Amino acid sequence: MSNSITILYFAGLAEQLGTRAETYTPATEVKTAGDLQAVISQRGGAWAAVGSEQTRIAVNQTLCKASAPVKAGDEVAFFPPVTGG
Amino acid sequence: MKWPSSPPLPAADVNTFIEVQEQDFSHAELYRALAHGTQAGAVVTFTGRVRDFVEATPGGQSMWLEHYPAMTEKTLNNIIERARERWPILDVSVVHRIGKLHPGDQIVFVGVSSAHRKAAFAASEFIMDFLKTEAPFWKKEGAHWVDAKASDSQAAADWGNTSITLNNDPATD
Repeated sequence: MSNSITILYFAGLAEQLGTRAETYTPATEVKTAGDLQAVISQRGGAWAAVGSEQTRIAVNQTLCKASAPVKAGDEVAFFPPVTGG
Repeated sequence: MKWPSSPPLPAADVNTFIEVQEQDFSHAELYRALAHGTQAGAVVTFTGRVRDFVEATPGGQSMWLEHYPAMTEKTLNNIIERARERWPILDVSVVHRIGKLHPGDQIVFVGVSSAHRKAAFAASEFIMDFLKTEAPFWKKEGAHWVDAKASDSQAAADWGNTSITLNNDPATD
């Protein structure tokens, strides 16, 4: 059973960060998608973009609010507003 | 909020077809698949195409369609299910292309069949409005990532609070 969260980044955000994925082992204080978003953006530099008001979050391939719970084994994705269609 | 004027039809024998693919699609083929049998009195289709880019891009007009593979079909399925809950529709087909595209290319197809036209028109518009705001695709025109439009999120919001509320949108809480 995995004790880490898979984080994915897409589109312009991934380009800004220079990465598309990472494996993150959460501290116990990270309980929600918003908590994770804050921790990542506090790394500083380009990572602050993850905390932007524009950034959307999906947990296990479903769009969600910052209050959505996250736990080890989850896949969390951060991305800009979608522009398909 | 608009509700169907007749009770939902039985679930038997309705099809949902979703494809996310690099290659082009045939409108004729997709229409033929929707316009079968004798229950569907109405078939509505929408095709989205690549227009000329707003900003001049060096090296020609090449669009890149990025996507989140594990999430696209799941999201499109969810949107279609929500359309099925609201309208008495029969078959639904959605095809979305990914990868490299150019102005004049087809990007997306939405087709809906139903007994009568009102449901097919409404459901196809609903599906496109939520595809535009929820389906994880991102367009890049040359070196420039296209911005999401406020008019698209407004169109989705105008259908009423049937969508997943987004993390940064207090208006939908």
